[in-house]
Amino acid sequence: MIHSLFLINASGDIFLEKHWKSVVSRSVCDYFFEAQERATEPENVPPVISTPHHYLISVLRHRIYFVAVIQSEVPPLFVIEFLHRVVDTFQDYFGVCTEAAIKDNVVVVYELLEEMLDNGFPLATESNILKELIKPPTILRTMVNTITGSTNVGEQLPTGQLSVVPWRRTGVKYTNNEAYFDVVEEIDAIIDKSGSTITAEIQGVIDACVKLTGMPDLTLSFMNPRLLDDVSFHPCVRFKRWEAERILSFIPPDGNFRLLSYHVSSQNLVAIPVYVKHNITFREGSSQGRFDLTLGPKQTMGKAVESVLVSSQLPRGVLNANLNPSQGTYTFDPVTKLLTWDVGKINPQKLPSLKGTMNLQAGASKPDENPTINIQFKIQQMAISGLKVNRLDMYGEKYKPFKGIKYMTKAGKFQVRT
Amino acid sequence: MSASSAFNDDKGGSSSVGEAEYAYDPVSGKIFSSDYNRHDDLKEMLDSNKDSLKLEAMKRIVAMIARGKNASDLFPAVVKNVACKNIEVKKLVYVYLVRYAEEQQDLALLSISTFQRGLKDPNQLIRASALRVLSSIRVTIIVPIMMLAIKEAASDMSPYVRKTAAHAIPKLYSLDPEQKDQLIEVIEKLLADKTTLVAGSVVMAFEEVCPERIDLIHKNYRKLCNLLIDVEEWGQVVIINMLTRYARTQFLNPNINESLLEEGSGGDKTFYGSDEDEDEDDDEKEKEKKAEAAAMAKRKPYVMDPDHRLLLRNTKPLLQSRNAAVVMAVAQLYFHLAPKAEVGVIAKALVRLLRSHSEVQFVVLQNVATMTIKRRGMFEPYLKSFYIRSTDPTQIKVLKLEVLTNLANETNISTILREFQTYIKSMDKDFVAATIQAIGRCATNIGEVRDTCLNGLVQLLSNRDELVVAESVVVIKKLLQMQPEKHSDIIKHMAKLTDNIQVPMARASILWLIGEYCEHVPKIAPDVLRKMAKSFTNEEDIVKLQIINLAAKLYLTNSKQTKLLTQYVLNLAKYDQNYDIRDRARFIRQLIVPTEKSGALSKYAKKLFLALKPAPVLESPFKDRDHFQLGSLSHLLNAKAGGYQELPDWPEAAPDPSVRNVEVPEWTKCSSREKRKEKKVEKPFYSDSEGESGPTESADSESDSATASDSRSGSEESGSGSESESEEDSESEEEEEEKKSKKKELKKPVQESESEQSSEEEDRKPEKKSKQQKSDSESESDEDEESESESSPSESEDSESEAEVKKKKKVAESKPPSKPVKKEKKEMSLLDLDDFEPAPSPQVTPVNTLLSNSLVTDLEGLSLSDSVLSPATIAPSSALKNYELLHRITGEGLTVEYCFSRQPFSPDANMVAVQLQFTNNSSSDTKSLHMEDVKLQSGMRVKEFPEIELLPAGETASAVMGIDFCDSTQAANFQLCTHTKKFFVSIQPPVGELMRTVFLTENEFKKEQGQLMGMNEITEKLTLDARCRNEHAIVQRVTAAANLSRVPCGSDKECRFAGRTVTSSSLVLVTVATREEGAAQLTVNCEKMVIGTMLVKDILLALTQ
Repeated sequence: MIHSLFLINASGDIFLEKHWKSVVSRSVCDYFFEAQERATEPENVPPVISTPHHYLISVLRHRIYFVAVIQSEVPPLFVIEFLHRVVDTFQDYFGVCTEAAIKDNVVVVYELLEEMLDNGFPLATESNILKELIKPPTILRTMVNTITGSTNVGEQLPTGQLSVVPWRRTGVKYTNNEAYFDVVEEIDAIIDKSGSTITAEIQGVIDACVKLTGMPDLTLSFMNPRLLDDVSFHPCVRFKRWEAERILSFIPPDGNFRLLSYHVSSQNLVAIPVYVKHNITFREGSSQGRFDLTLGPKQTMGKAVESVLVSSQLPRGVLNANLNPSQGTYTFDPVTKLLTWDVGKINPQKLPSLKGTMNLQAGASKPDENPTINIQFKIQQMAISGLKVNRLDMYGEKYKPFKGIKYMTKAGKFQVRT
Repeated sequence: MSASSAFNDDKGGSSSVGEAEYAYDPVSGKIFSSDYNRHDDLKEMLDSNKDSLKLEAMKRIVAMIARGKNASDLFPAVVKNVACKNIEVKKLVYVYLVRYAEEQQDLALLSISTFQRGLKDPNQLIRASALRVLSSIRVTIIVPIMMLAIKEAASDMSPYVRKTAAHAIPKLYSLDPEQKDQLIEVIEKLLADKTTLVAGSVVMAFEEVCPERIDLIHKNYRKLCNLLIDVEEWGQVVIINMLTRYARTQFLNPNINESLLEEGSGGDKTFYGSDEDEDEDDDEKEKEKKAEAAAMAKRKPYVMDPDHRLLLRNTKPLLQSRNAAVVMAVAQLYFHLAPKAEVGVIAKALVRLLRSHSEVQFVVLQNVATMTIKRRGMFEPYLKSFYIRSTDPTQIKVLKLEVLTNLANETNISTILREFQTYIKSMDKDFVAATIQAIGRCATNIGEVRDTCLNGLVQLLSNRDELVVAESVVVIKKLLQMQPEKHSDIIKHMAKLTDNIQVPMARASILWLIGEYCEHVPKIAPDVLRKMAKSFTNEEDIVKLQIINLAAKLYLTNSKQTKLLTQYVLNLAKYDQNYDIRDRARFIRQLIVPTEKSGALSKYAKKLFLALKPAPVLESPFKDRDHFQLGSLSHLLNAKAGGYQELPDWPEAAPDPSVRNVEVPEWTKCSSREKRKEKKVEKPFYSDSEGESGPTESADSESDSATASDSRSGSEESGSGSESESEEDSESEEEEEEKKSKKKELKKPVQESESEQSSEEEDRKPEKKSKQQKSDSESESDEDEESESESSPSESEDSESEAEVKKKKKVAESKPPSKPVKKEKKEMSLLDLDDFEPAPSPQVTPVNTLLSNSLVTDLEGLSLSDSVLSPATIAPSSALKNYELLHRITGEGLTVEYCFSRQPFSPDANMVAVQLQFTNNSSSDTKSLHMEDVKLQSGMRVKEFPEIELLPAGETASAVMGIDFCDSTQAANFQLCTHTKKFFVSIQPPVGELMRTVFLTENEFKKEQGQLMGMNEITEKLTLDARCRNEHAIVQRVTAAANLSRVPCGSDKECRFAGRTVTSSSLVLVTVATREEGAAQLTVNCEKMVIGTMLVKDILLALTQ
């Protein structure tokens, strides 16, 4: 299975290597660098590269390439999924997954990688088990360790690996017992030039932060479970119960986890909460183009649209943009030609707009493509599909936990074609 | 960075890894000596007795390893700390050891004993981690130790240790592929394991070591299917992939009756798939019925094997997994195995994966592209999910385009084309080119839109971007070939383009078009050739070839206008740098220009050049990729990757389904599938939720216990043969039972319940009863008590925490607490019967059993032959093998042979007696024969033979020397001197000669054997040579191979032998248990593992040849 792992930063340095079988020379990465050179964009490096003796499977996250070296047939998704799991674990441990964080914690990283794979086959990937084995570094713990000389490797042996509920630690204790659930929905949409919706769908997740003592058994039910078309669960959810009653019944892992991700059935019409009026034109013969953009709320059920961020990749011919935002700030990167406009909150009384001119390369002909506009936004306290949690109950423990549900709608891949 | 350095300083030691990293980096680059010094101070730190310093040093070393710096020179200093108390130091040492052991094999051996100790630790996690590290050290010398450790761990009571054993199997296999047969045995054993923890890992080992041994799966197939949902996600992937292959060999093609014409009906079938969220179960049943009904309607009804159905049903819930690899694995399973009507369910899950990371998208889209060619209808409802966003990476865009093209049909082509139009305006030119190709493919596939597409593409010819134009030309060329006569104006338009377009491929395409259809554009064609002739020298090679081609075609159709031009072009080509072009020119000149010499071919030149060419077929690059298993690396690369297992074709006739029957009535008889499924699915959740009350729970444990008790009764039956042997000593008896029970994995249900709550205990009482009933009914005799007593060691053994509960339970069952005593009695009485009823073999003489230990040793000292005492032990003296020490020729007439006389060497009991026989074949006398210059391995000693003063010609003399080989098979080298010559000779003992016989009674034997379990026990299966299937022959061969004495034994199925090594007096116990048909099992117990291993080999050789 996975032979070795190389971490490569944006400038092409291998800054960490780990081998689970015989050592593979780092020169194998040369093939990767070749492919990287050929690809115009960082994300265009093919995830699977075949070399004479090995196969390289890589993922790109946080501007770090995680390159796994494979020697024989293995499902590529298996490796990709695992690499992402590694990144998630690093993020979980260090807060961020950057080159600096990894270098600072290189010993913990190594210990983690050692536990996660045995002979290239995943061993412990459940974060609860790993945290029992290797304590995540915190400033407090580092201080204590320095003074007392103790270590951040768990003294007691990880019993979680042996239990039937491998995702939960045993002997969890909290003084404040609380369980929070965030229902976050994302709208993926492509909007036509004329403003009509080409495709729109809603994907949602329920992220949970559960800090409960002992072995609680939770059930969560929805007012309108029929909305959910396609679901995928955390392994803790009892599938049969969902099949029969459409109730989520589970023993939660300790801490943060993703309980459920779902897709709202496409029969339901998707409400599009913002509209864009745009007028981006280039005139033949002149080295100027007009840029005119206005945003407005639509179908928001009275909630405010916040954290709006507009970005657009302008044609290569554009040299500079001279724009005037009615609110927020904009930046234009003349190298990447990326225009971003941080709008903030949309005020329905005074719609935000961005107007001005673009300067084109002198003598260049009019670009024949029109930029697409990507929009990000957030709407608090609303799930755009209308999904509502009915109730959350706890069994198996005596105490009364504090429960909270939060709803939020976000833009996913929300594009407006011009 | 400087800030962080300051920070590190503040924090002091523990996090100074980062500091060390760049504080030293520049230094090491500049001054070599400082690099050396650095390692010195690390060594110092490692040698100190402060854990914190050691830890610090190890952290810095690990940081070095992580950066790929060589730290191998620290090996001796690091490896010393392998037994360090501090857990983190220990772990880091392991990391280091596994990394460098391969390079420093000898030093790595120093650490082995630590792990061997760890293997016997009472804590299962320590055992597991010891095995893990031990098996990760890639040192070939320890292969036998690893093998032993794996075998041992494979029958460990902890499933976690067994899992680790399964992990270790591929490691050992990659280290030494010759161990394959033994490893397969271990795999076979572990495949029978019933815990979810082990299942994934052992299937992984199976796939790496012996994927061709599909027969090992039969018995475990249903169990694997049922366990699947509870296995950890990575194991699921491996198991599903393996089961896909398995099912392809064992079941019939479910689509066997569907004709190819039905392809189109995929559309409405997926309708069921997408609709099923309402009530999946009903839906599924309905679907099943429908599928069945459809099959029934056919002439030859197809009935799905229930095991096939079981697999499909049990994998389906996994489509909901959060792990993309699992979803993909299930999807490919359905694609390859499910009836067409059911494949649709996977579409939704795959579309869901498109929301994931771009790498996941990449792989999923590749597979979707392959699927859409075969089953277009499946993904049609999700057409819009494949629409392309400007932010997608190019490789994703191209794949989505591929899928969209595959999905295009008459009804949706207009929307797809409208999408394509927006794509053409994209800034990403590679993507635009791919879009144009896609339009071309849509146009060829769907006749109605061909003209529309062609017009669209022609418009693109006026695009400013040259790449776009070039790509369009290429595509148009292909399209025009289909109906050229209609489109002469397009050809004219393209002819004009030759002035502007510079992309070689496009120019070549245009020239080809004009040449091919020059009759449609008779005026323009010669003009184009004229222009081209002008620029010929500056063109690319492919363009030049097409110019020659065009010239030839025009010459044939319109020679009046173009004769000179053609000559000119051919002349230019004649002196071209490229030999292809020169060849082509020569060839064409011969063919078209008639000369007196030109052959018969020139008559046919016109036919050759202007033959009607079939229109090209624009095909998806994903066509026919589905012969690779979807989701595999090979499929992705469209090339066979190393270790790829072909997906076999469906068999013509189904192989015998009964091979999967396990001797467990519950599984096969259970008629209600739904119920079974429910049970399985819910099991993991309910088994740990105390709040839930228990109908399901008890049902569960019942089924478990039923299977367990069943295998238990089975084991009793099979074990009865050996049980009937004499067993006087209850202690060894118990051990043996323990071993047996371990082997049969009886303790498994107990193990599982270890973590279960006490409420569960209630359920186990009836369970227990049922066990008894089972064994009652199945074993003929009244073994009530026995079965009980048998189960008790296995239970008490592994449940420390449960011991108390169990005791209570036993009280409840009104059993006297003084159970062991009772048991002993029972066994005594049993023995009385068993031991003496079958006539004892003649070797068991009363003398033997009565001999006290001391007497035996007394007698041993005498040089009386053993034969008097025990006839069984004699190795007929003729069996003493003579070895040659000195050949007549090299010895210049002196021949020396030696044999191991197997007599005690009287001057020193720790020496092996070697009898030398000197023969003087020469014509002269040999004088003063003696030995000199003895070269020995440390520890070895030699007692020289007394000098032979004179050996007359033709005479023979013999002498005895003693060698203490220190229980090793190292050779003793010395010089044999005569009065004139010196000969270098060496004596190397076979391992069998390194021991002396001892007398043991059967009880003693068993007792000793009980103490030499585990690592000290080596077991081999063998098939006896045809000539040595009787007891006598076995005894003879074993005693010939090794100096052992027979231990009397009541059974004629088992021969036991005992001996002690000469130097260290370690016991060597050998058991040969024969079965029917010459099968036999050889067990050697010896404290010295090396001796044991070698002895096994020797005896094996003796018995099989």
